[in-house]
Parts: sequence; C-alpha cells; structure tokens
Amino acid sequence: MEKIVLPEIKDYHLIDVYIKNGGYESAKKAFTFSTDEIIDQVKKSGLRGRGGAAFLAGLKWSFMPKSSDKPKYLCINGDESEPGSFKDRQIFEYNPHQLIEGILITAYAIQANTCYIYIRGEYHKWIKLLQKALDDAYSNGLVGEKMKDTFGIGFCTNIYIHKGAGAYICGEESSLMNSIEGQRGYPRVKPPFPAQNGLWGCPTTINNVETITNVPPIIKNGWEWFSKIGEPKHPGTILYGLSGHINKPGIYELPSGTLLTDLIYKYGGGVPGDKKVLCVIPGGSSMPPLRGDQIEGVKMDAESLKAYGTAIGTGGVIVMDEDTDLVKILARIAKFYYHESCGQCTPCREGTGWMLKILNRLVSGEGSVKDLDLLVSVANNIEGNTICALGEAAAWPVKFMITRFRDYFEKRVSSENILPVRNKVHSMRNTAISIDTEQN
Amino acid sequence: MEFKFSEANNKNIKDILGKYPVKKAAVMPVLYLAQEQNGYISNEVMLEISNVLEMTPEDVLGVVTFYTMYHQSPVGKNHIQVCTNVSCMLRGGYEIYDTVREKLGISNGQVTQDMKFSLEEVECMGSCGTAPMIAVNEDYYENLTKEQVINILESLK
Repeated sequence: MEKIVLPEIKDYHLIDVYIKNGGYESAKKAFTFSTDEIIDQVKKSGLRGRGGAAFLAGLKWSFMPKSSDKPKYLCINGDESEPGSFKDRQIFEYNPHQLIEGILITAYAIQANTCYIYIRGEYHKWIKLLQKALDDAYSNGLVGEKMKDTFGIGFCTNIYIHKGAGAYICGEESSLMNSIEGQRGYPRVKPPFPAQNGLWGCPTTINNVETITNVPPIIKNGWEWFSKIGEPKHPGTILYGLSGHINKPGIYELPSGTLLTDLIYKYGGGVPGDKKVLCVIPGGSSMPPLRGDQIEGVKMDAESLKAYGTAIGTGGVIVMDEDTDLVKILARIAKFYYHESCGQCTPCREGTGWMLKILNRLVSGEGSVKDLDLLVSVANNIEGNTICALGEAAAWPVKFMITRFRDYFEKRVSSENILPVRNKVHSMRNTAISIDTEQN
Repeated sequence: MEFKFSEANNKNIKDILGKYPVKKAAVMPVLYLAQEQNGYISNEVMLEISNVLEMTPEDVLGVVTFYTMYHQSPVGKNHIQVCTNVSCMLRGGYEIYDTVREKLGISNGQVTQDMKFSLEEVECMGSCGTAPMIAVNEDYYENLTKEQVINILESLK
C-alpha cells in the first residue's frame, strides 16, 4: 500500500530530498488552476478532516467569502492533545515540507495571505523541526513575498508557528483562534462560523495538520485517484495510532476502513501475553468505547464506526486487556476532562467535577448502585448543553462506558452503600424527616 | 523586584510583533520569553508585559492563569513532568510517577529544597505510542522502565 502522508523515503524531511522527489511540484501545478478549480477538486476527492469531526475539507473551504475587504486567514491545527493521539508530531518530524506545500495550496485556494500553525507548547522538539523546515522553505523562495517570483504568480502567503501553552481546549477551533489572538482559550459561540467571523473578525479556515498534508498528493494525482483509496465515503489513508496494551504501539498509515482487528492483531502484533481484549477506544479518549467482544468486523472509518455507535475521532486506538480496571481508567479519563474544562459553561464546569467525584467513590469501593444512573444522568445533562464539543467529549466516555459495560460496573458497586450527604445547608437545618431515613 | 526584558529579548519581541496584526496577540510568545529570562512569571513580569504590549495587567494575568505551561512560582532547574493519562497509565505511567515522587521526595507541584527538581503530573503529552514517558524541561524521555527513570534522575544531579 502506498503511503500518502508519511512516505517511506529516507531523509524526506530535508528540503533537498523532498524537492528531488517531486516536492513543491504540486503547488506549481495548483497555481495554474483557478481557486474554484482547486476547491472543486478537493471537494470531489472526498477528503474529510482528520482532526475529529471528519468534515469535508473542500466544502469547508467553499464557505470562505469570495470577495471580502478584510484579510483572510488560514489556521492549521496541530494542538494534538487528545489522549491516544500522536500523529501530527510524525508529520512535523518526517514530512514537514508536504505540510508546508499543502498550506501553500490551501492558502491559495481560499486566498489567505497569512497562515498560523498552532502547535501544542509541549512539542518543543517538533516546533524546532518544523521551524527549520519553514526557514528552509523561506530561504528557497517557496514561502512569503519571494514565492511570487518563484512560482510566477501574483499571490503570496506568510506562514507562522504559534506555540500553545498547555490547554487541551485550544484544539477546539474557536478556542484556538482566541488563543492566537492572545486571549484565554475560551471557545466562541457559533454561529457566526470562522469562515465569516474568525481571527480578529476576519474570514478564517481551520484545518488539521494531517488533512492539509493530504492536499499535495490530491493535486498531483487528481481527485479520482484519491477517492478510490479505502472507503468511498471517507477516502484516503488514515494515520492510525495504536497505544495501550498492544505489542507494537505506534502510528500506522493504512487505507480508511481497515479492520480494527487487523490493526490490533496484524499490524499491532496483538495484546501482550495473548490476553483477551476487554475494551477498545477507537478514536482518542473522548470517543465512545467498544467492548472487546464487539470489535469483530468493525471497519475504521467515519461512516462504519458511526454504525457501531462510536466515531473515528483522531484515529487514536487505545487497547485495554482483560485485566484492566475499567473503573480506574474511566476515573482517569473523567479527571482529564475535569482538568481541561475551560469553565465557561456550567454543565461542563460542574458536571465534569461531579462525574470525577462519583467515579472516585467507585474506585474506593464506596459506590452505590444509584451512582451508575447518576453518572449517566450527569453525562446526559452535559451533552448538548455546552458552547463547544468538550461537553460531549467529557460525557461520552462516561455515558457509553457505563451503558456498554453495565455488568462490569455493577460488580463494583453495592446496594449496601448509602450515599453520604455532605450538604452543609441541609445538615444545619432542622428537617421533619432526618436525611438518613429519607434515603432508606 | 522590577523586571525588564534583556536587550536580546527586546529584539525578539520586535520580531514576534511582526507576525501578528495586533500587539496583544504577541502575549503568549512574549510570556515564554519572559519565563525563560526570569524563570517564572511574577507580578512584575506581567506588569512589564502589559506595558510593552499595551494591555491591562489583568488581561495578562488572565492568559497566564489559563495555560498550564506558564509558572507563577519558581520551578526546579529540572522540571520533571510525568504523564499519567490513559495510554501511559495502561503501560505503567503511575508506577513511573511514584518512582519519581519517591526518588525526589516531593509530590505534585513541589520543588526540592536545593531547587534542582520540581515535579508535575501532566496530562497527555502525545507520547501514547511510546509510553510511559517523562519530560525533563523541554526534552521527552520515552518507553521508560522504573530503572531507566532512576538513572535519568541520577544523571541530572
């Protein structure tokens, strides 16, 4: 199988090697097309976003206003903070120029003269690697003012790296824009959507690093070629990330629709000690988990996973063997979302904390049967009631882990356990019926 | 203690400002510069940044407190960050965390008395495929065993 995003060519990250292998020729070709033609090609190719929502990239670009007296911006999302995801760093390290070339083509298609690549702050090493590649591209006249001469066009764009500083929420597109603007990374209410009102109120498009790296090969080989790779409704390759209880963890570039069992056993070398799989999270920690006995025949692409009640997310597959303590795992996931909630919306800010408290009670063995329903109820009250999708990201793992592993969780709670009441207002008030009696 | 940017950093700030259409957008990269120069973000640092970037000090404070990588108090010379999120946890992240804690004799958010080490339990660092991991300041150490962690910590002393 041909690798599109991470080709196995030695030293491909060096600009000389990249150019020798036909690098920046796709950009040259793209600049002979009109902007509409490029958007049309990418639309027809069926390229979908690789950041989690799997939205059609070409369609997203077409939302950008054709005429605007304001500057237009392109943002590349390399915040990559979803637990289980570690694909973008491979692109920064092994194929930075294809990303830069993809940015040039995209910026031309939407006529953006400035582009920001948002990279999480912890990726110091990868920021340096990408900056080096960017500097090389600049000194070769491929980016910035000089590209007008190099490519013989009237268009140019500047590319800057913006370093995050440790906030998961900045991977959310509107929060990312606030972060670039120098504000707290609060998500914005949509509409207005970024294409109308993005960075500094100007038309803006935000795409994932992997999505953009797919653009040059599409221009080079044509949309028909791309649309025939993998599953027709979600074509192309996906950088699947294998982690957890797996013999050979890592990033595997495979056609979309690869069987989950193939990923685990054929490519990942199976589970250490040949243990059974208890649970698999298919697309980063926020996606609904699958039971180990449900994974037979599951294809890894957006549409197929939807049919199994989960989603492709970032393609980060987390495998857990039969000896895993799911209660502890879920409590850890809940802790993450509690920590990362930005605090704007009450259901998320409070709900994530409540879920963590209840799950910690389960971990310590003091969980009551009522707790399981309570957890699902809290999750349901977060979902759909928040500005951004962190609400869903926090609610889904809890809700689906408990409903899909109900038998497992029921063994960890007891009807003997009575929920402690620590509400001070109640305890200071004389009530007709004592709270203990009320509970029984 | 009053804080002023070094000559070199004044030049860096000029370069950073060239990347953005408004001054305020430079606050995150400028905070990084200040943290590198001063070791941490003190109130004086925030005041100076608010002057340089023409923002209110409160806006600078708002940014500092939102992001976990800006330190409002001094950290150790070697700031040890251990990921304990799911993928690392499944491969022994908590054992690594406990090893570091015992070896250094400090818990989350603390600094050793000689200021050589500080410890932070962090969320996913993007090393899921090479778990478990620690980061020392800016450098990642991946695919670790307890013994390797002890060796790393000893080599840093």
